[in-house]
Amino acid sequence: MLLERLIKIFTSLRLTVVLLGLSLVLVFAGTLGEVHLGLYKAQAEFFHSFFICWHPQNAAWKIPVFPGGYFIGTLLLLNLIAAHTSRFKFSREKIGLWIIHAGLILLILGQISTDMLAVESQMHLRVGQTKNYSESDRVSELAVINTTDKIFDTVVAIPERFLAQRNDIRQANLPFVIRVKQFYANSSLSTNAMTSFERTGATAGSGTGLWWRREPRETATDRRDAPSALVEIVTPQGSLGTWLVSDWFEQSQTFDFNGHGYRLQLCPERFYLPFSLHLLEFRHDVYNGTDIPKNFSSRLTLIRPNTGERREVLIYMNNPLRYEGKTFYQASFDPDNQGTILQVVKNPGWLTPYLACGLVATGMVIQFLSHLIPFLRRRRTT
Amino acid sequence: MKKIVPWIFVVVFAAWTIASLWQKPEAGFHTREFGKLPVLLNGRIQPMDSVARNTLLQIRTRQSAGQTSATAWLMETMMNPGDADKLDVFRIDNLELLNMLQLPERQKYYSFNQIQPHYDDISRQAQRINNVPDADRTAFQRQLLKLDNAMEIYQRLKVSLCPPGAENFTAQLAAYAQAVPAGVAAAQAREAGKSYDQAAFNRLLGFLSNYDELSQSAYLLVVPPIPQGGTKSRDDWQNIGASLMNVVHGGDIEPAVKDYAAMVTAYRQNRPDDFNQALNDYRHWLGEWFVPETRQGVQEFFFNEFQPFYKAIVIYVMAFLLAIIALLTFALAPNLSETLRRSAFWMVVLGGVIHTFGLLFRMCLEGRPPVTNLYSSAIFIGWGCVVLGIVLERVFAVGLGSAVASFAGFVTLVIAHNLSMDGDTMEMLRAVLDTNFWLATHVVVVTLGYASTFMAGLFGITYVMLGLFTPLLKYKSGRMELGEVLAKMVYGIVCFATLFSFTGTVLGGIWADQSWGRFWGWDPKENGALLIVLWNAAILHARWGGMIRERGLMNMVIFGNIVTSWSWFGVNMLGIGLHSYGFMDSAFKWLVFFVAVQIGFIALGLLPLNLWKSFRPENRS
Repeated sequence: MLLERLIKIFTSLRLTVVLLGLSLVLVFAGTLGEVHLGLYKAQAEFFHSFFICWHPQNAAWKIPVFPGGYFIGTLLLLNLIAAHTSRFKFSREKIGLWIIHAGLILLILGQISTDMLAVESQMHLRVGQTKNYSESDRVSELAVINTTDKIFDTVVAIPERFLAQRNDIRQANLPFVIRVKQFYANSSLSTNAMTSFERTGATAGSGTGLWWRREPRETATDRRDAPSALVEIVTPQGSLGTWLVSDWFEQSQTFDFNGHGYRLQLCPERFYLPFSLHLLEFRHDVYNGTDIPKNFSSRLTLIRPNTGERREVLIYMNNPLRYEGKTFYQASFDPDNQGTILQVVKNPGWLTPYLACGLVATGMVIQFLSHLIPFLRRRRTT
Repeated sequence: MKKIVPWIFVVVFAAWTIASLWQKPEAGFHTREFGKLPVLLNGRIQPMDSVARNTLLQIRTRQSAGQTSATAWLMETMMNPGDADKLDVFRIDNLELLNMLQLPERQKYYSFNQIQPHYDDISRQAQRINNVPDADRTAFQRQLLKLDNAMEIYQRLKVSLCPPGAENFTAQLAAYAQAVPAGVAAAQAREAGKSYDQAAFNRLLGFLSNYDELSQSAYLLVVPPIPQGGTKSRDDWQNIGASLMNVVHGGDIEPAVKDYAAMVTAYRQNRPDDFNQALNDYRHWLGEWFVPETRQGVQEFFFNEFQPFYKAIVIYVMAFLLAIIALLTFALAPNLSETLRRSAFWMVVLGGVIHTFGLLFRMCLEGRPPVTNLYSSAIFIGWGCVVLGIVLERVFAVGLGSAVASFAGFVTLVIAHNLSMDGDTMEMLRAVLDTNFWLATHVVVVTLGYASTFMAGLFGITYVMLGLFTPLLKYKSGRMELGEVLAKMVYGIVCFATLFSFTGTVLGGIWADQSWGRFWGWDPKENGALLIVLWNAAILHARWGGMIRERGLMNMVIFGNIVTSWSWFGVNMLGIGLHSYGFMDSAFKWLVFFVAVQIGFIALGLLPLNLWKSFRPENRS
């Protein structure tokens, strides 16, 4: 009885309409939210969530006030699948509808897979520079590098989220404990005591004598956080000192322990590639007599040591490089036009929207034509 | 009667349209011929006439300077600036600004000489206001910025063809050509530390500092690049100052500069024959090297003069009136009504033909698909509505298609006209948009989605108005009642709208995936398009589920107008995201007004049925 009612609800067109109406409100509210919160935060709160929560300022509790994108999306998907499996019969008249909805399911599933699997990072290259890694534009990591060996370094990279827990970090490759005393996801540093800045408390390295302050997280998509942390290196023989590590420092800091040299650096998370890119030339063309950009392009050499592959590639607007499951797009450039910033995207589900769009459009055309043609024929005969 | 009257309408209006192409030959200065000369501005080749019209739109909000034609005004400004400074071409409406400039109210247009004493004050304030965020600017601040911009363009125009104060530019050029060899020799000697001719050096320096200033501030690039063994790009036009500076590196003064100088001198000295002769010489010279550029200038000049969209507006208004009268006389005088209905239909077709011609001509001029900016989207939405209306009128033949088509065509072209106030509507496309493939697919399809959603909304409004205030919805047209016919039309349009808006939106996502690797980024404009898809899908499902019938359908499609206007204009006003290409504060008022009106219609649509004239018991059949 209950099950039957449940099935009835889940297969009903009424639910479809209600959900479509709710998503209308959600998308509208989310768009307005983007103005206040920035694209990134609004997306997390409105679209990549099950419920949109409201809480008074500075309160620890919050209450859900509206279903979020995941919630509505899941229900729509269930509704779609349920309606098709229970009610629809396969017939010539319905074939268009079948194709449309199959396309929609593919589209939604593809977007879920993108949400979960896609990784975006950036590669900043100056002219003449070669790199074999891209960097995250939102997440940092603490790299502890053992530089003892002359030929290769041993790197232990500690993701930001572990630093945020402010615990002791032990790792088999490290003969000491990293004690995270403080972590600011976004911060400012100062060489003197400005208002609301406090002493960092670092006893070694570049951070001694500096002042710092916690900053609110950046919400705009074109700005990034500058995290800082205070870490103590605790060896079995006692503490080596407390270091300030920060995204603001360009240079890494060094220390020795037991005859081994170490470097410490808080930097954007890196994604290593099995090949490297070398920037030959960056072009920023404008229309004559104006500042309107006509084209941005990066001419690169792709070098892959293990296969001996070496060729020139050109990346420009609307023409990315797809290679090894990753796609490199022309995203931005340095103000002096001597460097390029490539967006690097790894998205296994990138093909789904193409298929889905094709399916839905085909289905719609079939469906409408199958109504329109008999209708016009009837009118002609009357 | 039924056959002849429509023909009379069409022939009269077609004749009126074409008549404007016939022009008397000009006496005196050949202003129109000058208006066809190609120059490079905003990164594209355009005729002087377009420069003149677009500049006047920006500073005077009109395409002419009162009685004076745009090109005549441009000639005066560039060739005889002293007199041009007395012309009233700067439009100022803001009282606060007028107060600041100590100008008389109610004059509406003001001359450069009137504003000039406060020029420093204006630029100082403008610099300050530039630091104020767009959204926080007051009406006064916005108008001041606009005036500052207008003044700058005007000042730069004045030095586009000749240096300030050159009474006889031709003579000056001859003197310059003479001064160059001695001056260059002196400069080289000076460089080498030898003794040199101080007087010759100073003479050349005097010319050069003058021309350098000219090259810094000239608005137009008028000197075409002479192809020298294919080394120069055809886009490499220069302004007169820069071209003259080049003479010191060897070579002659360019023929273009000499011809323009001759025109300026003849114009100054009021010798029309010499002016026309110089103009003719220059056109001959252009004909040798720059055939495509010259053709481009002539074609765009023709387009400017023909004004197809303005003519289409007039014809649509006429068609709308005819269609409305046809509807109102539907029961009283069926024969008259049918004649008027046919006239309206053929007038819409005529308007549509002119509209299509304008659209295609623009596409050829630009070498682009129909929609490249907000202005052209309005033109194209209007075109889509008109075509859809014509098709519906062919199928249903009750006059409603013509009425709605002509109304939509009229309104969208008026919107387009207002959007053209910012100046050049054929501006070059930024790098990411520079792709005809995606402009032709995503942009066109999604714009057709907007058009059909609006069309459905307009029919919804028609239904409510006819139902409430006339008994027409219950009248039979063939076997169906008019109300049913409307419901069928609207349902069909919503199906089309769903197809176009969905396909267009997803194509946009695919473009985004191609250009920055993100199929969907929740950009406000993407969200706006998604809203249209969701709403159309909701309408279809509600109807299939039997949740709404005729009236519900109509109210829902009227709400679709709000959704579409939000997506078309509203999101551009948010000022964020990749599509925020046009922040328009004056448009915001209109948007609010439009939404309020739509809500009003929906409220009317929700009134109980016994208040509807069409549904009162005595009308039930």
